[in-house]
Amino acid sequence: QFTRDTLKGHSRPESSSRSAFLDQRDTLWMRRLLCSDEMVAEFSQMLDWSDSALRSFAWHPHTDKFAVALLDDSIRIYKSNSSATPTLKHRCQRSVCALQWKPLCGSALAVACQSCLLIWHVDPTSLSTRPSSGCAQVLSHPGHSPITSIAWSPTGSLLVSASPVDTGMMVWDVAAESAVPLQRVGGGGVTYLSWSPDGSRLLAATPSALFRVWETRMWTCERWPCLKGSCQSACWSPDGGCLLLSMQGERVIYALTFSDLTGMNNNTYGPPFLFSLSLSVGGEVCSLSWDPRGERLAVLLKGDSQAVNHPSVIAVFKTRSSPVFELLPCGFVMGEAGAEPRFMQFHPHFQHGALLTVCWSDGRISHVPFYFSSAGLLGGDSPQQALASNTADHSSNKLYTEQIS
Amino acid sequence: MFSLKQNCWFIRKVVVWSAVSSIAWSVLLLPVTAAVFVLLSRFSLFHPIQWISECTSLLTASSSIFSLVVLCGVVLITGLFNLEFYTLVPSIPCSRMALLGTVLHPRQCVHSLVYCTMGMLVMWCASVTIGGRYSTLGIPCRGSGFNNCIPVVTCLNEYHLFLLLAGAFMGYSHSFLGVVQNMYYVSFQPIQQYKYPRFKGCLPMVVKCSVIQSLYSARNFAALYLFFGYAPKTWISSTLHLQIDSSLQPLDSLTGLLEFSLLYHLTISGTFLYFTWYLTVLLFRIYVTEAYSFPVQSTFTEDAEQCLPKVLAETNTLVMKFFALQDLALLSQHSLSRRLEVFSLSQPGGHPHNWNAISRECLSLLSELTQRLVAHQDAVASNGIKPLQRDALTAPFTPDVDSPFSSPAIRRLVGQQEPLSPWFGTVQSPHIMRRGPKLWSASTGETARLKLTFTLSLNHGFSLSKMFSSNVQLPEASSQALFADSQVHIWALQGLSHLVAASFSEDQFGVVQTTLPNILSCLVVLLEAVDRHFKLPHASSKPVRAVCRMGDSTYKTLRFALRAALKTAIYKITTTFGEHLNAVNISTEHRKRLQQFLEFKE
Repeated sequence: QFTRDTLKGHSRPESSSRSAFLDQRDTLWMRRLLCSDEMVAEFSQMLDWSDSALRSFAWHPHTDKFAVALLDDSIRIYKSNSSATPTLKHRCQRSVCALQWKPLCGSALAVACQSCLLIWHVDPTSLSTRPSSGCAQVLSHPGHSPITSIAWSPTGSLLVSASPVDTGMMVWDVAAESAVPLQRVGGGGVTYLSWSPDGSRLLAATPSALFRVWETRMWTCERWPCLKGSCQSACWSPDGGCLLLSMQGERVIYALTFSDLTGMNNNTYGPPFLFSLSLSVGGEVCSLSWDPRGERLAVLLKGDSQAVNHPSVIAVFKTRSSPVFELLPCGFVMGEAGAEPRFMQFHPHFQHGALLTVCWSDGRISHVPFYFSSAGLLGGDSPQQALASNTADHSSNKLYTEQIS
Repeated sequence: MFSLKQNCWFIRKVVVWSAVSSIAWSVLLLPVTAAVFVLLSRFSLFHPIQWISECTSLLTASSSIFSLVVLCGVVLITGLFNLEFYTLVPSIPCSRMALLGTVLHPRQCVHSLVYCTMGMLVMWCASVTIGGRYSTLGIPCRGSGFNNCIPVVTCLNEYHLFLLLAGAFMGYSHSFLGVVQNMYYVSFQPIQQYKYPRFKGCLPMVVKCSVIQSLYSARNFAALYLFFGYAPKTWISSTLHLQIDSSLQPLDSLTGLLEFSLLYHLTISGTFLYFTWYLTVLLFRIYVTEAYSFPVQSTFTEDAEQCLPKVLAETNTLVMKFFALQDLALLSQHSLSRRLEVFSLSQPGGHPHNWNAISRECLSLLSELTQRLVAHQDAVASNGIKPLQRDALTAPFTPDVDSPFSSPAIRRLVGQQEPLSPWFGTVQSPHIMRRGPKLWSASTGETARLKLTFTLSLNHGFSLSKMFSSNVQLPEASSQALFADSQVHIWALQGLSHLVAASFSEDQFGVVQTTLPNILSCLVVLLEAVDRHFKLPHASSKPVRAVCRMGDSTYKTLRFALRAALKTAIYKITTTFGEHLNAVNISTEHRKRLQQFLEFKE
């Protein structure tokens, strides 16, 4: 657990008098007046980023270790069978918004900072608790800060970074330290990136009511104008055929399906179209996370801070892709009294089902296991999951598990 | 790279046509840039209507048509030079002496001369376009009388001369920087893009580079003219019998030079000049690096020479080998149908010819790199003197055996090793292709006196060797030179690893399994060699980021890209096969190394 008073945030020279007025439909020029911390707070996947003790979180895609970014601009790495927790600090590492481990690698971690992109190379066998700044590569491009989202390609060869003030996203070849900017006019910046697990498509969300889906063979994009707000969060199905999106201020999940590019899989999703599933429980949808087997979908619903009985909750759905795509409500995940969920991520390769890691507002990180047998077979749910209630009554549902390590 | 008697089908059909298309587009875009230049040169803030009407009348005048024809000629010559001199493997001089040698080479002198002339031609067109006081070389002297409307005395127009000399200076500096910054080096982007979006994306960078380079050149030329402007002025006036008008302010003085209008016209003319040349270079790079797709197998025997397995084994034409490996890397990641063709068996007979040929070529490339690295390290370890390396050239351009400029001497040098090198005869590889004499440079020795050998190849060649004693500089350059052609190795690694990973689910006949031990051993051995190389001093120092230049400097980080690609390739195979790798027959120490990868401890 990380409590806020044990972590000292670095002193910020910018005045916070411009904190008011963050209307989502701001045009680009007004957005430039926001200081970069406010921009990062607005577009970060972690709810209430400015006040949270935890700034970002990322599981390693292949092993049991994760990295946590904290309020004091440090990053700690926890490994399952080791007591050494390296702490990463760098003078350029400020206002960390996103973390992602490099796929097909044991040691590289990409960090989206306020002014640059840091790539740490942390030796997995080293017992040192403070890797030196020399282990970090600094990648920066003029005009491309603050960086709010990063995405590694599943092959580990490319890293894409996005900034809300830059209309172009940068495609980095990290080892060669070269970048190709991909500019598209319209939308005013790029706020969120998500690469499909098969590597064929990349979602780029903008601060306005527009998002783009890029295909990564020849890097052309499709424009998708939204109805009302901007795209807040998204997640892909494991085969890359279906993209679930949440829009700002809406209690609707949009699903975008794609036909297969490689012609390899028997895609059961059908021709590309957009459909929506509205939720009758909870507040607006803040973020989505789909487990790597494609069986469970976790949805973070924002609560009403004024009302007493409406905290933020995580709703869990069972997903099924054949014969039709459907979401079946499964339960809720709630924390201790007073603790609200801020961020969630599924473990990339939990053998027995799915493991959802949740970062709470009181600084705790907990892991919620879902035991099931795969391929959408009904039944076989373990008693642990049956603890989650299916009703919409928030106050009587409590499901909270301590960190399993 | 280009020769009239080129007998390789690939160069004839693909490279030449790409180059011709890029030159055609450069010529087509020329009127657009010329129109923008006209607008900027005649810019008048207070008389906009007059400005627009002047520009429109100028654009349709016959003098501007003539200027446009001259400019088209300049663009054509630039395009032909690009085609002649472009290289996919940079030439990296390993010491200051070698750099001096490349700059003073006769071929480079001819190149500089042609560029000076072209610079003067472009500036002549620009000065005619700007008009006013810049338009002609001779003007009637002030205060001279007229005899039947013919001026009695004609004076030298220093403004016109100033621009012409600036053009020559800019042409020379472009040629000089072309050698120093390796402007003819063409690298491949990490992502594939269509030509038009890539062009649109690169255009702002080209404009910025032109402006910056023009400002630098203008500043340097103004300083040069300030001190030495008197000499060409007097020479021209005496040769062409033009008087120097003493009533006018001379330009080779501070008061003459620090005039806003003059500097403005100099800068925009320079920007136009550089932009024309940089645009030609950009279009050429975009067209030449367009990916080409080779068929994996063909039903017709006459097309068999154009199929991927045969093309990969090509040793004579470096360009084709590059494109074949790029195609292999792309098909292994994106194309299921072509991967199935790679894994297929021949009919009749059932031999996996395609896979055998492809894997054999990739493995031989990788083991040749391993041998190169091992030989380098052995020589460094043994007596501190690095061997003559075969890729860093002192000649400004990679010697092209098929070029009309090459000689039998160069052809003999290519593919042969210097008898002076300590490892002559020990490392022989049939795949050494298009290598010129390398430079002998030493490690960062403390007090050791080092011998430097370099070979100059001249036109209609005879080659002469000299022995120089010099302290070595640019130590990082020898590390860069060792990995100068590593783009092919990166593609081979990507192609091989993705094909092996895909074979886990797509290989119906088990053709990959038999070669898996060889592949894994080769990768582990290469990894050990690369790790040892990076322990050498200066091998892991990163280059300083350049501000904004047209020269492509990605060759400086190729060794880091190779190391990352190698690790990713091994991880790709280990994550796909997992514990099944224990059943593969490999040696114990290789298995220990692979175990590190299986446990993600690398």
